[in-house]
Amino acid sequence: MTTNADILSQLMEILRPFTKEGHQLREDTKLVAELGLDSLQVMQMLLKIEDHFDISIPLNNLPTIQTVQELVHEIEALVKA
Amino acid sequence: MSLFEKFHRIQKVRQDLLKTGVNPFHITVEKVLSPTEAIINGQRTILVGTNNYLGLTFHPDCIEAGQNAIAQEGTGTTGSRMANGSFLSHFELEQALADFYRLPHAIVFSTGYQANLGILSALAGPGDVILLDGDSHASIYDGCRLGGADVIRFKHNDVADLEKRLRRLGERSQKTLIVIEGIYSMLGDRAPLAKIVAVKKLFGATLVVDEAHSLGVLGQNSRGLVEEVGVEQEVDCIVGTFSKSLGSTGGFGVSHHPEFELIRYTSRPYIFTASSCPSVVASTKAAIQVIRTHPQLRKKLWDNAHQLYNGLRQAGYLLGAEVGPIIAAMIPTKEMALSMWQGLLEQGIYVNLMIPPATPNGECLLRCSVSAAHTPTQLETIIQGFSSLQSSLEDDSESLEPQTMQPLHRTC
Repeated sequence: MTTNADILSQLMEILRPFTKEGHQLREDTKLVAELGLDSLQVMQMLLKIEDHFDISIPLNNLPTIQTVQELVHEIEALVKA
Repeated sequence: MSLFEKFHRIQKVRQDLLKTGVNPFHITVEKVLSPTEAIINGQRTILVGTNNYLGLTFHPDCIEAGQNAIAQEGTGTTGSRMANGSFLSHFELEQALADFYRLPHAIVFSTGYQANLGILSALAGPGDVILLDGDSHASIYDGCRLGGADVIRFKHNDVADLEKRLRRLGERSQKTLIVIEGIYSMLGDRAPLAKIVAVKKLFGATLVVDEAHSLGVLGQNSRGLVEEVGVEQEVDCIVGTFSKSLGSTGGFGVSHHPEFELIRYTSRPYIFTASSCPSVVASTKAAIQVIRTHPQLRKKLWDNAHQLYNGLRQAGYLLGAEVGPIIAAMIPTKEMALSMWQGLLEQGIYVNLMIPPATPNGECLLRCSVSAAHTPTQLETIIQGFSSLQSSLEDDSESLEPQTMQPLHRTC
């Protein structure tokens, strides 16, 4: 069973290509505000996450996801569902 | 910070636009002359961006029906059908739609936007799922949001992605509403409907097809893509608008499901809106009859679409992959698109300027919508107008190569 820590670890790997050089990803990193992603990059990032975990993240849940940790919680809920 | 400060950013964009001398989002049509001509900026202008596919806005039968309705029933209904009652003509229009589609149930809404809002929000609520094509119109997105279902986007026209997402839903796929369009408004490409129907059946989902841009355009009897593909019994609901091929204002849904009639009692955009005014109802009903009895209009529309598509392609423009009444020329940059749009207008040609975020993949488009009412001479003038602007594209040699593109996935 995938644990919260497993998801966080895998997610960090997925997010790494989307971070600027030298930027240290943390659990409280704000995905849009800190990473400075445009809408195209956000969609590419979400597609990678969805395919990796074999889930679909509903659009209506996105406004509540601001940090890496909140994204982990969302993935965890969808994986368990 | 006041609530109004958020508009300052928009104000700046608008001011920057006005400084260029081009304001494509504040066009005033000073006088309408015909389905294909108007006076804009004091100049006689060919309209090739009005979605008036069959040119019925000036059809004598539609005008006469509208005039008679105003004289007999007045200018408006002054309230909603639920509170004030329906006029007999509302039910007659619904019967005309049901007869046209050969389906037992039809509901009319005051606008096409409200038809999507009303039907989608009623069909899929909290606990349900909506899978919508990523390039869907804003009214589809808003209708999905209003209902409170989980909304998941699949890649534009990508049946494999749709199937993958249905599989991920497990048993929830049976409480899933798939929403697609017959013809997509930006690039004019069609949905792979037969394949989508097969996937829908495999997973026991429900399918709504928005035929806003395909009613009057596709199918042996002009009913749209669903008719053309021959899946009228497999599609659960067709949504459409009166404001394109039917030349008026309003929207509708038709279905074979007996429960469809009950949407009237649960749909807020149906219950809490003033109903369509008598002249609109009458002219729309007349327009349906014109479509039924004048199949040559559809043939003329397609002849015109081929003439314009081939002309623009030969002129070197990069166009959407499919010939059809929506013909979008891809322009490399927003500044170039603005300048070319203005250049066309100065030559008396009005097209739609489409720029991000309204477009798929951040594309900039000069979009034409062809009408059966366009004359070959008008279409040649439009082609010449585009050709004369080719020098604007010279810096981008790739776009001068005659070629087509595959419709891109919407990503924002």
